[in-house]
Amino acid sequence: MVLLFEKLGDYTLYYLEQAGRMGLFLCQCLWRVVTPPYRIFPVVRQLNFIGARSIFVIFFTGGFTGMVLALQGYYTLRKFGSEGLLGSAVALSLIRELGPVTAALMVIGRAGSAMTAEIGIMRNSEQIDALECMAVDPWRYLIVPKFIAAVISMPLLTAIFDVVGIFGGYLVGSLMLGVNGGTYFQGMYQSVHWVDVEMGLVKSLVFGLLIVWISTAKGYFLHWERSGGFGAEGVSRATTSSVVLASVTVLIWDYLLSAIML
Amino acid sequence: MRQEKKIDCPAVIELIGVEKVFGRQRVLDGVDLRVCEGTTTVIVGASGEGKSVILKHMLGLMRPDAGRVEIFGRDITQASARELKAVRRDFGVLFQNVALFDSMTIFDNVALPLRERTKERPQQIAVRVEELLQMMDLPGAATKYPAQLSGGMQKRVGLARALALDPKIVFFDEPTTGLDVLKSNEIYRLFHHTQAKLGYTAVIVSHDVPKIFKLSDHVALLAEGVIQGQLTPEEFQRSENPLIRDFVETTMGLIYSSEREEAALQ
Ligand SMILES: Nc1ncnc2c1ncn2[C@@H]1O[C@H](COP(=O)(O)OP(=O)(O)O)[C@@H](O)[C@H]1O
Ligand SMILES: [Mg+2]
Repeated sequence: MVLLFEKLGDYTLYYLEQAGRMGLFLCQCLWRVVTPPYRIFPVVRQLNFIGARSIFVIFFTGGFTGMVLALQGYYTLRKFGSEGLLGSAVALSLIRELGPVTAALMVIGRAGSAMTAEIGIMRNSEQIDALECMAVDPWRYLIVPKFIAAVISMPLLTAIFDVVGIFGGYLVGSLMLGVNGGTYFQGMYQSVHWVDVEMGLVKSLVFGLLIVWISTAKGYFLHWERSGGFGAEGVSRATTSSVVLASVTVLIWDYLLSAIML
Repeated sequence: MRQEKKIDCPAVIELIGVEKVFGRQRVLDGVDLRVCEGTTTVIVGASGEGKSVILKHMLGLMRPDAGRVEIFGRDITQASARELKAVRRDFGVLFQNVALFDSMTIFDNVALPLRERTKERPQQIAVRVEELLQMMDLPGAATKYPAQLSGGMQKRVGLARALALDPKIVFFDEPTTGLDVLKSNEIYRLFHHTQAKLGYTAVIVSHDVPKIFKLSDHVALLAEGVIQGQLTPEEFQRSENPLIRDFVETTMGLIYSSEREEAALQ
């Protein structure tokens, strides 16, 4: 019984400590984002990695998400005889909800995991210690460019996802299911307002920050991992747990933001 | 009696009563060590005694549970991140596993401290990097990646990177472990050459007894969590401290016997 409480306390302390560390980590990074010196080139490199190279995946997933939305939406809407609303249904679901969330999940899988592994390996092989000993700030050098790039990329990727998805829905709706193309876009035009776009934008910004925060911190604090952050296996465990944690956090925050902004 | 004789000199690094515990394991139990300006201090001791841990305390990568670590008279255990950074500007480090940036070329590895810490233009940096690689006998390695080099070459790249900014203190963690005799001689030659040229203070952790004695001004044995006397190489080999005697005998056989024994023999 005492053992149980001891364990419980131990866990609680560990998670509190970890939460504190992550919080401080975020503050440190944000502070360095806003204070000089500002460096452009590293940010451009990360924009290429996180943003530009994700475009293909986003294009693909966006297209298919829009297509399946049209397919399913048509089936539902026809029951109420309101196929004309297909355009608004597809656009609103994409812009408000599916665009930011799916794009975020894609970026977690593609770039988030890579960031955790990269930084984790650098931690493991003392490369981060080496940076510190050279009086080079590892946060500024390694992490700040990723932060800036992720927060810039996420809304843009989400926008691409939405647009491609809307056209995917159009293709399925008008070419396969015979909904009038004009009606599709007219309905969308009338029902999508700025608040919807704003919600999508805020979500994507927040998700971008959450993703880069969790994936870089998981790598950076590899040596503090409870399960033992050693060797190749330590890096792989940290990467897995960072992907899981980031995905879950994004979904939780999606709910919270929806609830707040509705 | 821990220290047989107090070393008297202007200290650049001074460890006073440093203690460090990992979980249940007491690794350092009151380490006192003094590194004098412009000298070479060698820390010897069996594997796993905590030599690298001592080095990490000097570098400010670990904080002691008790005691002080003074660099140029400033206690870095209490220092803020900014002060620590200022102190580290004078450091060069060759890590035990070299810790080269493995996704960068050799050129970028050596150029990194110059790019990050100086305002020199790219051409000047290129010239300086070439010069350093030349000095380390690494011509033509600039475009390769660390994984494409042999262990000895990696150590030399690490040394080039450590010396890039003319540091005042250079730390070497087992610079020759895992290298064959010729390659370790090469590293020692480069060390000797660069120290004569740049005049830095050196702290070396090494197993390479007795060869390392020739290069050192002071030798300190770490055993049982404390420094068992910090002595000149001759004094060290003649010391009567049983732990030091043990160490000397097992690593190099009996070369000198202590004065007392010699007197008894006569
Ligand atoms: N970060 C750490 N966490 C826990 N134990 C450590 C850590 N670093 C070193 N140790 C322990 O301290 C002891 C000394 O390690 P080290 O300084 O690497 O030995 P060496 O003298 O061979 O360099 C080892 O037993 C090691 O297990
Ligand atoms: Mg060691």
